[in-house]
This record gives sequence, C-alpha cells and structure tokens, in this order.
Amino acid sequence: MNIVFNGNIIYEKEGISLIEFKEKYMAYADVIILNGFQTDEDCILKNNDNVTMLKKGVMPSEDVLESLMMSRHTPFVHEKVKKAFVAICGLGGLGSNIAVMLARTGVGKLLLIDFDVVEPSNLNRQSYYIKHLGMNKTDALKMQIEEINPYIEVITKNVLLNENNVGEILKDCNIVCEAFDNPVYKAEIVNYIIENMPNTKIIASSGMAGYESSNIIKTEKKFKNLYVCGDGVYEARQGRGLMAPRVNICAGHQANMILRIILGIYEP
Amino acid sequence: MRVNGENIEITKETNLYEFLTKQGYNTLKIAVELNGDIVPKSNYKNVTLKNDDTIEVVSFVGGG
Repeated sequence: MNIVFNGNIIYEKEGISLIEFKEKYMAYADVIILNGFQTDEDCILKNNDNVTMLKKGVMPSEDVLESLMMSRHTPFVHEKVKKAFVAICGLGGLGSNIAVMLARTGVGKLLLIDFDVVEPSNLNRQSYYIKHLGMNKTDALKMQIEEINPYIEVITKNVLLNENNVGEILKDCNIVCEAFDNPVYKAEIVNYIIENMPNTKIIASSGMAGYESSNIIKTEKKFKNLYVCGDGVYEARQGRGLMAPRVNICAGHQANMILRIILGIYEP
Repeated sequence: MRVNGENIEITKETNLYEFLTKQGYNTLKIAVELNGDIVPKSNYKNVTLKNDDTIEVVSFVGGG
C-alpha cells in the first residue's frame, strides 16, 4: 500500500502501525500528524494515509517544508484550496486580515488591490507593522505573505478601483472579496459584479464598528452571487471607531465564506 | 408589495428610485433585486413598481 510521508509516496506493507512506521522512518520525530490531525495514538495505517512527522526546532529542507505546512489541513481540502484564485479589493482592517487568513489556508493565488499606503492609524486593526509605515499596502502585505506561506502566488495592483477599471482588473476572477471602508465604493463594486459578472461570487461586508456584541455579526446570502458579512447596522462614525476584535470577526466570516465557496458549499 | 420580507402597499404609480428614496434609502449605498432579478443602478428611474412586486434591498454601512 502507499503512504504519503512528508509529501513523498512510500510503498509499505499492509498492517504496519503508525508507531512502527515512525520507528522505521523517523524515530527522532516528536510531532506526528495523521490525515490532518496531530496524534500520539497508535493505529494500523491504511492505504493512502497521509503521515507527517517533524522534529521541533529543526528547519526542514525546502522540499518537505510545504508538506509540513499543509499537514494540518483537512485531507482533500488543500488540493482544492491550492487551485483557487481570490481577489481582495481593499487592504484595510478587513482585507489585510482576510489576505493573511487565506494565505495561511493555502489559497494558491491572491490578487491584492489597494491604492493607499500604511499609516499609523491603520495599526489598531490592520495586519501591518511599524516597519511597513509609508509602504504601499499591497507591497507590505505581499511581504508578510511571503513569510507566512512562500508557496502562494501574490499579484498586486496599486490602484483605486472604480467602474472604469474594475471589469478589466477582475476579469479572470470568480471569487471577489469586497473589503472597502466607504459604503458608496462597497455598493459600486457589488453592483458592478452582480450586474456584469454572472459567474463571479462577491463576498462583501457591512457593519463591524465599535464593540457591540460579537454575536450579531453574521454571514448572509443575498441574491444569487452576493454574500454580506457583518451586523448590517454599526457603521464607523464619530464616536464609534473601528476596532480590531469586531473587524477581525467580520474578516473571519468573509474568509470562511470564501473557503466554503472554494470547496463548493454555497450556503452561509 | 413585499419589501425585504415586509408588506408595503403603494397607492399611486411610482418608480423604483422614488420609492427607495421615500423609504429612506440612499441609492448610492444599496443593491436591489426586483422579483428575483438584479436591477442595474442606471435603471432605477425606469422601473415602475406594481403592487405584487417583491423587492430585496441590500444596504451598506461604512467601515472596514
């Protein structure tokens, strides 16, 4: 039978147990991950089982790094996620955090779009550091993603999206994430996509400011191709700022809906 | 008419733009479906509403 071990296929006799396999191939390993789940429990291995073993603190060679990084993903999910292409429009509190989550999830190709630079007032909720101040958000985020998951293809567009360029920039993209701040821009891109791109799903956001309850932020499916995440009510305004916890909760809703769509699940 | 799941009766002929504005919507911050079809923003003033119409309005508030 075949066992996938640290990304390579190994032919092994039927009936071998996980611990016997470990003793044979990597006795010094201190972490064992079997089919996406970290375990110490012995069991008999089955054909096509995926086994990852690693020694903590030891930098693995480059050819096993990717398989080690992917070892905690649910089997058969990673293959689909790696082929996916997602555009993120706006790289503020929502977009920067969504991009990082999708990178950690292993989404194979990301198109990152923003016209702005990182400034100090962004750091209360956006995924940037002091060292990024003054950089284009696109470049700062690309830098981070290279350090999180170097196997992801990142394309950047340093532009302000509008009705004149959105069609061209998003033309190959079937999954678009709206992560703008301004509600007029949100509505503009959503309307463009639902009117002109019948094969594209858009995951948008509305309402995540302040420190209202976490539990009123939700994901709703609207129309055929539109999903809206947020509480729908609590806008950013004087006296009610945008804060990391709720912005991240909303970003998590959007990222999970994107993951579900990639996996062919269209209900929120 | 059904508007976001609620019954609203219209008494005189009105177009979609007038109706939405009267209901308090800012038409720059919404997307609209009428009887299951997306209404292009440029068309709001050309659509005359009937009493058996079903309208879904999605509104966006600021923040991100």
